[in-house]
Amino acid sequence: MTHPKGTLRRNTTAARINHWITGGCFVLLVLSGLAMFHPMLFWLSELFGGGQWTRAIHPWIGIVLLVSYAGMIVQFWRDNHWSRQDAAWMRAIGSVLGNDERAIPEVDRFNAGQKFVFWAMALLVPALFLTGIVIWDAYFSPYTTIEQQRLAALIHSLLAVTAIVVWIVHVYAALWVRGSVRAMTQGYVTPGWAWRHHRAWLRRLAASGSEGPRPRVSTGRQRQ
Amino acid sequence: MTNTWQDIKNANVVLCMGGNAAEAHPCGFKWVIEAKIENRAKVIVVDPRFTRTASVADVYAPIRPGTDIAFLSGVIRLLLEKGAIQREYVRAYTNAGLIVREDFGFEEGLFTGYDEQGGSYDKSSWHYEVDDQGYAKVDDTWQHPRCVINLLRQHVDRYTPEMVSRICGTPQDKYLEVCELIASTAAPDKALTNLFALGWAQHSVGSQNIRTMAIVQLLLGNIGVAGGGMNALRGHSNIQGLTDVGLMSNLMPGYMTLPNDAETNFEQYMQTRQYKPLRPGQTSYWQNYRSFFVSFQKAIYGDAARADNDWAYDWLPKLDNDGYDILRAFEMMAKGEINGYICQGFNPLQSFPDRGKIRRALGNLKFLVVMDPLDTETSRFWQDFGPQNPSDPAKIQTEVFQLPTTCFAEENGSLINSARWMQWHWKATDGPGEARSDIWIMTGIFHRMREMYRKEGGAFPDPILNLSWNYTDPISPDPEELAKDMNGYTFTDLNDASGAVVLRAGQLLDNFGQLRDDGTTSSGCWIFTGCYTEKGNQMARRDASDPREQGIAPNWGWAWPANRRIMYNRASADPAGNPWNPAKPLIRWNGSHWVGIDVPDYGPTTKPSDGVGPFIMNTEGLGRLFALDQMVEGPFPEHYEPFESPVPNVLHPKVESNPVARVFADDRAAFGTASDFPYVATTYRLTEHFHVWTKHGRMNSILQPEEFVEIGETLAKEKGIEQGGWVRLTSKRGVVVCKAYVTKRIRPLTVNGGSTHVIGVPIHWGFTGQARKGYGANTLTPSVGDANSQTPEFKAFLVNIEKTRPPEPENAANA
Amino acid sequence: MPDLQSQDYIRRSASTLTPPSIRNHEQEVAKLIDVSRCIGCKACQSACMEWNDLRSEVGRFQGSYDNPMDLDPSTWTLMRFTEWENEQGNLEWLIRKDGCMHCEDPGCLKACPAPGAIVQYANGIVDFISANCIGCGYCIKGCPFDIPRINPVDRKSYKCTLCSDRVTAGLEPACVKACPTGAIMFGTKTDMTRWAGERIADLNSRGFQNAGLYDPPGVGGTHVMYVLHHADRPSLYAGLPDAPRISPLVGAWKGLFKPLALAGIAAAALAGFFHWVVVGRNEVQPEDDAEAQRLMRDSGEPK
Repeated sequence: MTHPKGTLRRNTTAARINHWITGGCFVLLVLSGLAMFHPMLFWLSELFGGGQWTRAIHPWIGIVLLVSYAGMIVQFWRDNHWSRQDAAWMRAIGSVLGNDERAIPEVDRFNAGQKFVFWAMALLVPALFLTGIVIWDAYFSPYTTIEQQRLAALIHSLLAVTAIVVWIVHVYAALWVRGSVRAMTQGYVTPGWAWRHHRAWLRRLAASGSEGPRPRVSTGRQRQ
Repeated sequence: MTNTWQDIKNANVVLCMGGNAAEAHPCGFKWVIEAKIENRAKVIVVDPRFTRTASVADVYAPIRPGTDIAFLSGVIRLLLEKGAIQREYVRAYTNAGLIVREDFGFEEGLFTGYDEQGGSYDKSSWHYEVDDQGYAKVDDTWQHPRCVINLLRQHVDRYTPEMVSRICGTPQDKYLEVCELIASTAAPDKALTNLFALGWAQHSVGSQNIRTMAIVQLLLGNIGVAGGGMNALRGHSNIQGLTDVGLMSNLMPGYMTLPNDAETNFEQYMQTRQYKPLRPGQTSYWQNYRSFFVSFQKAIYGDAARADNDWAYDWLPKLDNDGYDILRAFEMMAKGEINGYICQGFNPLQSFPDRGKIRRALGNLKFLVVMDPLDTETSRFWQDFGPQNPSDPAKIQTEVFQLPTTCFAEENGSLINSARWMQWHWKATDGPGEARSDIWIMTGIFHRMREMYRKEGGAFPDPILNLSWNYTDPISPDPEELAKDMNGYTFTDLNDASGAVVLRAGQLLDNFGQLRDDGTTSSGCWIFTGCYTEKGNQMARRDASDPREQGIAPNWGWAWPANRRIMYNRASADPAGNPWNPAKPLIRWNGSHWVGIDVPDYGPTTKPSDGVGPFIMNTEGLGRLFALDQMVEGPFPEHYEPFESPVPNVLHPKVESNPVARVFADDRAAFGTASDFPYVATTYRLTEHFHVWTKHGRMNSILQPEEFVEIGETLAKEKGIEQGGWVRLTSKRGVVVCKAYVTKRIRPLTVNGGSTHVIGVPIHWGFTGQARKGYGANTLTPSVGDANSQTPEFKAFLVNIEKTRPPEPENAANA
Repeated sequence: MPDLQSQDYIRRSASTLTPPSIRNHEQEVAKLIDVSRCIGCKACQSACMEWNDLRSEVGRFQGSYDNPMDLDPSTWTLMRFTEWENEQGNLEWLIRKDGCMHCEDPGCLKACPAPGAIVQYANGIVDFISANCIGCGYCIKGCPFDIPRINPVDRKSYKCTLCSDRVTAGLEPACVKACPTGAIMFGTKTDMTRWAGERIADLNSRGFQNAGLYDPPGVGGTHVMYVLHHADRPSLYAGLPDAPRISPLVGAWKGLFKPLALAGIAAAALAGFFHWVVVGRNEVQPEDDAEAQRLMRDSGEPK
């Protein structure tokens, strides 16, 4: 997909599709999971055609999420290395939350918050998958003890709630930082947005003459 | 049973030996539990295996199969030694004091009169010394060396606790614990009941097993009292009825016996059936034999049975041997001497010994008619079911007719339970498909045969042509009409002592006391007279009220004889007529009558002072510690080893096994020895199945799906057999391949200084039905029977066992 | 099972509201299984299959009298046999009828996420209402006795209903009716407890000093109780739990954690909302655009 002239490509088409599959799965998992987690939310099971369907579908969506998130990791892991600037960014979190950009160190493609979400999910998704397998009664109950299943159920729900909180942070951040949603829908951002939020990234793009999402490497071959 | 199921609750000690009451009779076993709870009773189990009965027992003692006589003779010895007998009862009610002939003796395992050639006894010495009036001599002081009790004492003297343990393998401490509990019931107000079944009967000494216990019970004063008795738990629904109506080849209804071919006329027949009293003034009720017999003939032949033709005596079959029992019948089939077989409600291929022989015998027939509600193994004997029934239909010429019959719930009729209750039952539903009642089928055969005799004459048409057949529907007689035939009618008005008319001509009789030997009464089975009277069908009564809550509900159904619930109940009271146990009285003398909750087994106005013995069927009126000539092996029981035994008979090595058992040559050749087959096997039922029928039911098959044998842990270890692993069990006669249940419940027994292993073989699986296919325990069992009844020796034989691989298809299924 | 007693609940799974409770004065019932009277005849198993119209597969012999080998969706009660050699060297064959214990505090009900799939009636019976069951298997995790089984065909969980349909109609459960030796009895819990006392006294007199009633307090007591000869060691009886209770893991999962988790999620959402209210959105300013343009110009036009 092309992007308007003068804008920067923030996310490739593949990355965006991958993200929304992941996101969609996650939302479905949250809805179906919460339906089975708390009686007050059991009505959410109606969204899936009732309790039996909710129970049946949830783990399959989980598998899709696992695969999809693996794709996310492949695509994004290089830009999510932890750096010294990230620590500084974290120290300046008060300024971050106060929309005071001047006091924040320059950020490359992803800031520490985004990296935290990325890595948190990178841990949570497989962990949820593994505990989910243990309590996937229909296929896997014979392979574990009931006590292991009890533990898995407890861990699964703890992790899920953690993931939901992380996800809320992620979603709110996207809404809060204007222009971020478009970065994941249409895939581009304005140079001003990049200057404000990911100045180091902008500098590297500018230095390599790239439109994004990653700077051109020295061989001169353009990366899509 | 001499007593009733309900009466078990009155026992102080319950001895389960020769049967596995909880598993084979779970419903009746409730009364054992009741005895435990309400009467604080102690329950003893003596069994080769720790059974489900043992699981609720207070004492369990193991025993080697086939050694019950040794065990119980030891009990008798201890009772006599310790004086733990009910002395007054024994003195007054048994033949303890009667003096036995001088020429009677016992030596080296044989009683006097043995004929080695014929394998039978001349029983003339097995009798009392009689005075010039023909009465037995008696010494009530028991001083005479040849009075019965002293001979008994002498006879059992060899059965010391050490000897019992050496023969039976029962640890001495357990044995003595059992003895002590048994002895505790010698008190006049204490009773022991013993519950036995085929665990005693299915031995070559089966009848004597039961005899031995009867002696124990007489010594303890436990016969005829509440909570006592000899209680045979019958294994089939209505098997009691089978014997009552004489479905044995040598019996007639009501325990009359069929003539033999030496008894060529009626008077000759009656000569050996006079039952003249052996003591003065005794009842000797069989003196009425002639009335019972004539009334029977009238029931069968009606007007054709007349005084001038000896009541049609000549039309009765005359036996030319000791009986055409099933063992003999199959021997004859195997030899081609029987070539047609109507098999009604019986599945011999699955339930009679030496299955291979049964299969060969059936294959020799010209025709086989199977009447059964189920698709039995017998009806499919010709079909190849693999190793479980390796038949080659091409080589079998037997024409097989399967006639599906209705079952008990699909017809009206009566059943007789172990307690001799005749209970009417009503049809619940129609039979499936083309199933017909046995009555309809038999009637059809009869009509066709009669028609052929009418047309063609034949050698001897009279018994068939003259058969009385006066039924409303001659094609399918109503069971109620048949029941009335059994009860019997009077053909003249019957008057009582005052001359008043009790019954008009043509009416149903009230009791067998009304039977006459002059042809004026009929009765198809004298002991049933009273079951269907002018008052209606007594068997259909359903009033459960039990006046003393002592297990006697006189208005529920009807019990033979004379609606008497506890036989020999006169013995429940002392000679003066007062109950031995005032807490549980049955009848007592009130000065003019015998009164109580049961029908007296005695003259209702016979005074105690008349000295009439309580065992009114016996010629001396007494319970017999010494059985005279009534048993073929001898008047006292003696331990004989099973025909296949792991050890010699330590008492008399020259007479190992029952010296008068009938063994056919081929069958003897098929006996194995301990060198080839070192382990003792015994067969039995499991509670989940009813014989070989319920494998046709899904639920029973779920509850016990597959054939297995039970072996102890020690033997399993020796043989490398795993829990649930496949084994190959062999006897001289066949092979069973099945799974093993390795259990703590069977332990090796120390017998004669060596270790004897017992292997348990449940009987339930065959090749038809819903359960998994099995070989059947009768593949292994020897073809030899009890010398008195020819009941096969299923309970003690020899086998070998080896670990084996799963059969091929099983391998695949398990993979 | 048909829900015959909807106005009779004292507990209902996955429900935050008070269930209909006009009959809460009802006496609690109990089934008393007197192991010392049981002869292991399996009449109870047959009766259960008959009344509830259940038929499992014809299985295989596997080295014990336990058939089928385990509880399954069509086997709601099962005789379990244990051969045990006691201290005196005598063999005891301990036979226990296994099945739902109908806990006063049912772990299955606690764990169940489907509203009304598991209910407890005022008489104490715990029942599965199949129409509401979602087949998740949480009841299995909740149960301290390993009782419920899910049918792979319909993904519904099954267990003994204590014949709630019969009890509603004033009849005893089918197993009780069929038991030939009276080893299974049914009545009010008070009566059954008293009767158990008499049985225990009898067993004491027969040398079973540790005879006792199994009515484990860890689950608030049960509506199926055992008279055991060896009440000090319930686990002898084919692993009957010595001190059953709802697993603390299940307790944590289904207890405090549930409201805390919802509160946490709500707090996160609210935090975002109030941040937005207070701080507002982070918008790109004109000077950001200008700075960006300058930077890009300095570095040369991207291709």
